[in-house]
Amino acid sequence: MAKKQNPIWGWHKKVLEQNSLVLTVGVLAVVSIGGLVEIAPLFYLDETIEEVEGVRPYSPLALMGRDIYIREGCYNCHSQMVRPLRDEVERYGHYSLAAESMYDHPFQWGSKRTGPDLARVGNKYSDEWHRDHMRDPRSVVPESIMPPYAFLETTRLETEVVEGRLRALRRLGVPYTDEMIENAEADLEAQLDPFSASYDAFVARYPGAPIRDFDGNPEMISELDALIAYLQVLGTMVDFSTYEADADENLR
Amino acid sequence: MADEHKKDVDAYSGVDTTGHEWDGIKELDNPLPRWWVWVFYASIVWSVIYWIFMPAWPALPGMDGHTRGLRDHSERANVAAAVAELEASRAPMFTRLTEAADTGGISAIEADPDLLNFALAAGSSAFGDNCATCHGAGGQGFIGYPNLNDDVWLWGGSFDEIRHTLHVGIRWESHPDTRFSQMPAYGRDELLNREEIAAVTDYVMTLSDMIEPTEAGQTMGAEIFDFQCSACHGADGRGDRTQGAPNLTDQEWLYGGTRDQIYNTIWRGPYGMMPAWEGRLDEEVITALAAYVYLLGGGESETITEASAADVINTQEAGR
Repeated sequence: MAKKQNPIWGWHKKVLEQNSLVLTVGVLAVVSIGGLVEIAPLFYLDETIEEVEGVRPYSPLALMGRDIYIREGCYNCHSQMVRPLRDEVERYGHYSLAAESMYDHPFQWGSKRTGPDLARVGNKYSDEWHRDHMRDPRSVVPESIMPPYAFLETTRLETEVVEGRLRALRRLGVPYTDEMIENAEADLEAQLDPFSASYDAFVARYPGAPIRDFDGNPEMISELDALIAYLQVLGTMVDFSTYEADADENLR
Repeated sequence: MADEHKKDVDAYSGVDTTGHEWDGIKELDNPLPRWWVWVFYASIVWSVIYWIFMPAWPALPGMDGHTRGLRDHSERANVAAAVAELEASRAPMFTRLTEAADTGGISAIEADPDLLNFALAAGSSAFGDNCATCHGAGGQGFIGYPNLNDDVWLWGGSFDEIRHTLHVGIRWESHPDTRFSQMPAYGRDELLNREEIAAVTDYVMTLSDMIEPTEAGQTMGAEIFDFQCSACHGADGRGDRTQGAPNLTDQEWLYGGTRDQIYNTIWRGPYGMMPAWEGRLDEEVITALAAYVYLLGGGESETITEASAADVINTQEAGR
């Protein structure tokens, strides 16, 4: 047992193993190396913070829809991540970019794919289809096992909380401006009415957002309005006819 | 310190101890299993090999990007290559399909069994991914979503018309040339009262002999029909394909054929949409889809294509 005469061994025992606080600090230091090497660079490297033209924060109505999507647990069966695999790209369209979920807190990539991927469902079906499908999924897809969400169209959307939600997301780094937060509730209503007075202001703040009454009932702002507004914008922000995956800034 | 490391064999197990002792508790000094030690060393070696060949280290300050590795591996490049390979493998048939469709229409496709099989396979696959969601897996349709197997067509059922509809969509406002028309919501927008809608419903149902003529239908209903409906559906109710106005004299009902359903359709004014697939799907895929839908069973022969819209209706009537 000659090696045990090594002075390091004695130091190990005396300083580390017999002193719990020093041992704890030592363990933390060693473990954090893995984290520092793998995670820390992601926060400052240009190539990991990809910004793609067109991606903007969700409009207030779509954001409320996103919260309903999360509340109802849609992510338990639907992913929002077109993986860079041939067959998936064939079926759904361009693979998802990190930038497309940069304003999602938390992101909805998901991993359980019971239903189809929804990353590019926006603008693929009509609002009416979404209404029929939420009321009774089997009226349009007989083989579907999705539960009906008919109550969404009769449930009033709590529009008054939207300002606080924008504020909360700004703390997490989503670039909502003061103007956007101030007008959150008005913008939410403006998105449902193509003839509203604040149409231009809304379009300036959320370019490309679809503007119409999503649930087919202009009398009430329902949760279904919000959910369809959210679904209809998914995957539509980036213009893939001009996006170049081969461009240096997009290759990794 | 040396005295702590004297050789000390545990009497019970016969194994050396580390010489450490805490309150009379000693620690056995079993060696690590040999296989485990070798796997551990091998994984260290493997990690170094991996650094050399694969992208591994995120950039450190001063470095331009991550280490790319000798293989220059990229998932994005891989999928681009896989898709390119797939497209290349299809390209010859797609070119033939487009040529045949552009020059000879559906009959040129049907004349070539290879091409026909290819178009049906490509069309069926694209149909499942994109169309079945609304039209049903077999194209059977649902209330509000047309059945594609029958010979009832709102905007035209020739190969070219189907192909055009696939390109521009129906009431799909983001496409500038989309097929467009709009039926007023007679009830919701208070253009007609309940009594008037009921009378028109009666009249419409007599057009296809679904009910015996009623007095209200034949007087008030007929008058309202003439004034409000005939501009699109025609004075005789046979519809107008240039406006996507359905024939009301057959017993085919997109929004349901019960009295309540017809009443409700007049009340709310349906606004059925179909997405424009131009830009979303490749041109060749649209052509294959058009052939697939045409061949589901209800496609109309091409002689009709060249006829005027009025003739289309007459021809259809003659065949009835």
